[in-house]
Amino acid sequence: MNRHLISAGDLSRDDALLILDTAEELAQMADRPIRKLPTLRGRTVVNLFYEDSTRTRISFEAAAKRLSADVINFSAKGSSVAKGESLKDTALTLEAMGADAVVIRHQASGAPHRLSGWVRGSVVNAGDGTHEHPTQALLDAFTMRRRLGRLDGLRVAIVGDVLHSRVARSNVLLLRTLGADVTLVAPPTLLPVAVSAWPCEVSYDLSAVLPKTDVVMMLRVQTERMTASYFPTVREYSRRYGLDAARMALLPDHSIVMHPGPMNRGVEIAAEVADSARSTIVEQVANGVSVRMAVLYLLLGGAELGGADADASRDAPTRDAASRGSDSRDGETETGWPSSEASEVAR
Amino acid sequence: MTSTQPDRSEPTGGQQAASQTWLIKGVQPLGGPATDLILSGGRITESGQRLTAAGAQLLDGTGLVALPGLVDLHTHLREPGREDAETVLTGTQAAALGGYTAVHAMANTDPVADTAGVVEQIWRLGRQAGYCDVRPVGAVTAGLDGRQLAELAAMADSAAQVRIFSDDGRCVSDAMLMRRALEYVKAFGGVIAQHAQEPRLTDGAQLNEGEMSGMLGLAGWPAVAEEAIIARDCLLAAHVGSALHVCHVSTAGSVEIIRWAKSKGWRVTAEVTPHHLLLTDELAASYDPVYKVNPPLRTRADVDALRAGLADGTIDCVATDHAPHPVEDKETEWQVAAFGMTGLETALRVVHAAMLDTGLLDWAGVADRMSVRPAAIGQLDGRTATTSSAVRRGASAGENAPTSAVLHGRPLEPGSPANLVLYDPAARSVVDPDLHASRSRNTPFAGLDLPGQVIATFLRGEPTVLDGKLAR
Repeated sequence: MNRHLISAGDLSRDDALLILDTAEELAQMADRPIRKLPTLRGRTVVNLFYEDSTRTRISFEAAAKRLSADVINFSAKGSSVAKGESLKDTALTLEAMGADAVVIRHQASGAPHRLSGWVRGSVVNAGDGTHEHPTQALLDAFTMRRRLGRLDGLRVAIVGDVLHSRVARSNVLLLRTLGADVTLVAPPTLLPVAVSAWPCEVSYDLSAVLPKTDVVMMLRVQTERMTASYFPTVREYSRRYGLDAARMALLPDHSIVMHPGPMNRGVEIAAEVADSARSTIVEQVANGVSVRMAVLYLLLGGAELGGADADASRDAPTRDAASRGSDSRDGETETGWPSSEASEVAR
Repeated sequence: MTSTQPDRSEPTGGQQAASQTWLIKGVQPLGGPATDLILSGGRITESGQRLTAAGAQLLDGTGLVALPGLVDLHTHLREPGREDAETVLTGTQAAALGGYTAVHAMANTDPVADTAGVVEQIWRLGRQAGYCDVRPVGAVTAGLDGRQLAELAAMADSAAQVRIFSDDGRCVSDAMLMRRALEYVKAFGGVIAQHAQEPRLTDGAQLNEGEMSGMLGLAGWPAVAEEAIIARDCLLAAHVGSALHVCHVSTAGSVEIIRWAKSKGWRVTAEVTPHHLLLTDELAASYDPVYKVNPPLRTRADVDALRAGLADGTIDCVATDHAPHPVEDKETEWQVAAFGMTGLETALRVVHAAMLDTGLLDWAGVADRMSVRPAAIGQLDGRTATTSSAVRRGASAGENAPTSAVLHGRPLEPGSPANLVLYDPAARSVVDPDLHASRSRNTPFAGLDLPGQVIATFLRGEPTVLDGKLAR
């Protein structure tokens, strides 16, 4: 594995499977009375969150703590980067504190990539702008494999705001690597114009796709999309792209329904769907901890577990060229980044 | 500040006739046969074989190409207001090192160059620096606000004699305002240089909309946002019979539209930047904001179309859009970084790589696109009969005198002002921003191995650059 986890596209098939298998082992620990491993004792993990995302932060925090790492939560939320400390200065501060890993959530696409050039420790992307959210994709794949027994050949429909979704980008890349067939379903306004270059199918018609789907993943519709003419009204969106009970009935019997959370009940997903037996939404949260444990474990390098040759090299900071393929963003927060004001001034 | 009389007590830099005579041996004008040139009294006085000149400074030009001093229609000198990024002095030093003898300073300073006072200040700072002629560009709208016209005629009539007007950095997006601006400047032969960017289509935009923007999760900047404005403005210019200049053309579609407008005989000119001739949006995969620019880097197909358009003359000239920024405005996340790249010190070398080494232009073509045509658009070639006596009302003869000296883009022959650059086409080196005179380091060409080297630049017979270094 690379020293960092910035894009799901950085993971080879072997890397991805190693993470999933390691997560599986670690998940079994969750059933034991004492759920803590000493593996990362003495190592420091910093949660650097520029965006509010309680669920992701808590998930990483729990993961690090179960591995006995010291956890520092650095919430830079709301600190307008233009006015506050620059990301680079923050990086140097964390460096000075001896962070072994920095888990970063940031509203700017590419921020983890930039950070990786400024710190010696491992950088884990916990969601950057509209780019990627690789641990979400890993936990989604983990959940699918647990529920359906395989990933190869699995038919996965990702439905909703693909254009702004870091979850969709990471899932497309990872699922492709793992042999699943992805179909993106969205109104044309919420698909990237060059989506035809992505390694997946595209459809505008949810009902037509569902009968051929093993996994349907609903993306959150951000409030600000609702007023920016991506679609006429929330009701119309819901009618065409929402998953209600009637539409869920189009799915094959074994199919599951996923959502990265938080949900807009009644918009992209009806309450009876979210609470149905097909729904994996709560499981996804639990699996998130196991998967993030596996990622931290492998990046920070305890090798004895499972004999995995985890890579723990901690060289001088180098620009990691590997994170090119990207995509991204979950439904969890948005990316209302003041790019136009902040950056327009001069040029 | 708004006086129309030049202040005779101030240093006039390159304005005064150079006392030193220069004998340049064996240089190749426009890459042609080797010849000797004598520069004296601010002019080229002789051209021929085995020339001699008693007491002249000798410069061995063997192997060097001589071009008329380059003219940039699009430079951000940042002064007044952002002297931490660039000053008129450092910016014109950078220009001289790049082979330029005239630059047009864009209006988005602080305060904005939207009054006679500000443009005269910038013009004077250029004269004091003396490294090249600084021609201020006036804002089209007051404060670049896009609401009402700035006092365009006052700037035209000022000592700075503004002829090009632009809100560059912002688009004059209001169609009615653009129409009025185009119409109004006809009275004094002005040109409106449009930054073509439909604002609603580029709200928050970060990178050319296409495969890369989708993959990188950076908000897309569609080609149509540029092309729609260019098409509209060509039609407006035709309708009112005025002159439109299109800044930094960046898409294949824009080239097509301009080609069509020119085929109609409309007065439309256009420029392309060196970076759009060489770089593509794939560089953004590094998320390094040194590649963040407005308009954004586009695709390989766009680069090819821009090169073809420059080669066939659809695009009239190369303009740098030199946009210096301090390091803290670039050492950030992509989305918060400033737009822009420096370009003065690398422009000729980039054009060498993109146009000459590819066989698309010869040296005469390079001279045409980087000196002759931009000088004509900026009305520095002495041929454009726009400085009508009506416009020059109130101007004294004394003020007109320096105007006749401010001539660029003229042939390298006896009688022409001695504005020229000597360039070594056989040199090659890796671009090192630390060697640049610009106060800023945001060059996207850093680390790139580029051909050529500017050896000397002469402004009215005085060297501003010798041996590849500032001459004073």
